Amino acid sequence: MIEAQGLTKRYGQTVAVDNLSFTVKPGKVTGFLGPNGAGKSTTMRMILGLDTPTAGDVRIDGQHYRDLHQPLTKIGALLDAKWVHPNRSARSHLAWMAASNKLPKSSVDKALEMVGLTSVAGKRAGAYSLGMSQRLGIAGALLGDPEILLFDEPVNGLDPEGIVWIRTFMQKLASEGRTVLVSSHLLSEMSLTAEELIVIGRGRLIAQSSTREFVDRASGTTVKVRTPQLDQLQGILQQQQVVTRIEDFEDQGKVLFAEGELTTDQIGETAAAHGIVLHELTLQRGSLEQAFMQMTGDSVQYHAHDELAHVADVNLPAPSGTEVAAGPKEDN
Amino acid sequence: MSVIQVERIKLFSTRSPWWCMVVAAVLTIGFAALTTAFLNSTEEQQATIFITQPGVQISQMVMMVMAALAVTTEYRFGTIRTSFQAVPQRTALLLGKTAVVSFLAGVIGLIAAFGGWLVGSLFAGSADLAIDTAAEWRLLAGEGLVFALSAVIAVAVGILIRQSAGAIAILILWPLLLENLVQLIPKVGDDLNKWAPFSNASSFINQGQDAGLAGDVGSNYALGPWWALLYFAGWAAVLLTIALFSASKRDA
Repeated sequence: MIEAQGLTKRYGQTVAVDNLSFTVKPGKVTGFLGPNGAGKSTTMRMILGLDTPTAGDVRIDGQHYRDLHQPLTKIGALLDAKWVHPNRSARSHLAWMAASNKLPKSSVDKALEMVGLTSVAGKRAGAYSLGMSQRLGIAGALLGDPEILLFDEPVNGLDPEGIVWIRTFMQKLASEGRTVLVSSHLLSEMSLTAEELIVIGRGRLIAQSSTREFVDRASGTTVKVRTPQLDQLQGILQQQQVVTRIEDFEDQGKVLFAEGELTTDQIGETAAAHGIVLHELTLQRGSLEQAFMQMTGDSVQYHAHDELAHVADVNLPAPSGTEVAAGPKEDN
Repeated sequence: MSVIQVERIKLFSTRSPWWCMVVAAVLTIGFAALTTAFLNSTEEQQATIFITQPGVQISQMVMMVMAALAVTTEYRFGTIRTSFQAVPQRTALLLGKTAVVSFLAGVIGLIAAFGGWLVGSLFAGSADLAIDTAAEWRLLAGEGLVFALSAVIAVAVGILIRQSAGAIAILILWPLLLENLVQLIPKVGDDLNKWAPFSNASSFINQGQDAGLAGDVGSNYALGPWWALLYFAGWAAVLLTIALFSASKRDA
């Protein structure tokens, strides 16, 4: 278990991480989500004792990283695949890491085997492709067979094959009952791999919940309605305090979106009661992207969401074919 | 001591330390060959062990470069973070590195000094190059100590500067130029030079030597040879302490 309490890191005037508290629960894949520059890497470096927090602290099973002996047997990490001497072979790289934690020589072969680098283990690491470097980094993280694993943006810059490999690998690690904390700015990736989410923006905690809860809570549900009596239905719904917006799509014409805790039943019944013809009535679950955009928009925008979002969305040119317009944009 | 093993694997698994060691050994031995191979018989009568050691200082520089690179390349490639992640006890890890690098430099210092002497003895066969005084033993075996301590200083500078070019520039300019340049400062110049660390390292080696053909070895020493070495060691210890302190406080 990793616990952060009021974790803060300042670089001069810049606040990289701001009073961050969270818990990484054991035996699950937890996604550490935030846009670039949100403070994910800084937080991970503080977890590993590489950077010293300005305030607050972070512990691994109750201990500071700096007090751990043979930490590789407890927590493995891949922060940057390029942290390898380019003229040292993969095997030698892993060999010194193994020696540092008194791990047997066989652990090196085992780790190489797990990531599929055995045949190129003697080559210098500088000649590796990014995908291979990433595998070597993962081998290093797995060397001590740790129960906790930390990965910083592991799929960044990888080709599709590499991404699939990492994704499958991550799920395999979780199925073995390990605790995995993986950071990413790729939300779709997180929704595929992470069960739990810790979401940060500008160094602050935005949410910690299960991935499903996060999406539900943040974006709510949207009901899509196509009807020839668009304006009439909108008027009625607005009278019922339902937030609505209309978007014009090239292929489908004008579409009404009703947001909030609504069911298709309610809207269908309302329409029937007023004799309104419906061409389409569908429930749309928000995507992680949508949820993320809403949650990371600054706090003023977030609280004023109902009013502002309506205005903003009308002015927003919706790309044709996109069914759901984005929520308020982050204003930086 | 796992940190020793770690640093040994690191050092020997890249090529540049090997090159530095070969170059350091070859330089001294090569220079010894050049200074002793072309002596005529009268010159040979005047030759002493001292003349077999002209390349030692350059070798010492090469080993200092190797020692500094052992640290700065870790910063350059980010492996220092992997290292601190594997061994969060930074002081222990860096002391391990210092020990390995310094020991190796010491060994190379001995190989260089005795190799130079051996080659000199082969070329200048009629010269009296037997090692029979304490000062002569100090001249040769002492290089082991000087190389080892210089490497400690180089590691400390590497940790503090964290950047290859800067660290190497400092390590070369300081003993070769700076310590001599300060002599030009009126009044205090001589004292500054006398109390400079690398001056004391050469003072330890050169004091009381019979330079013979090589001319004067100077006599401007602040301390006796072994005190001079201790003084040099003091500098190494202080610099290393500052470096270790800074490395454990700093963000990696």
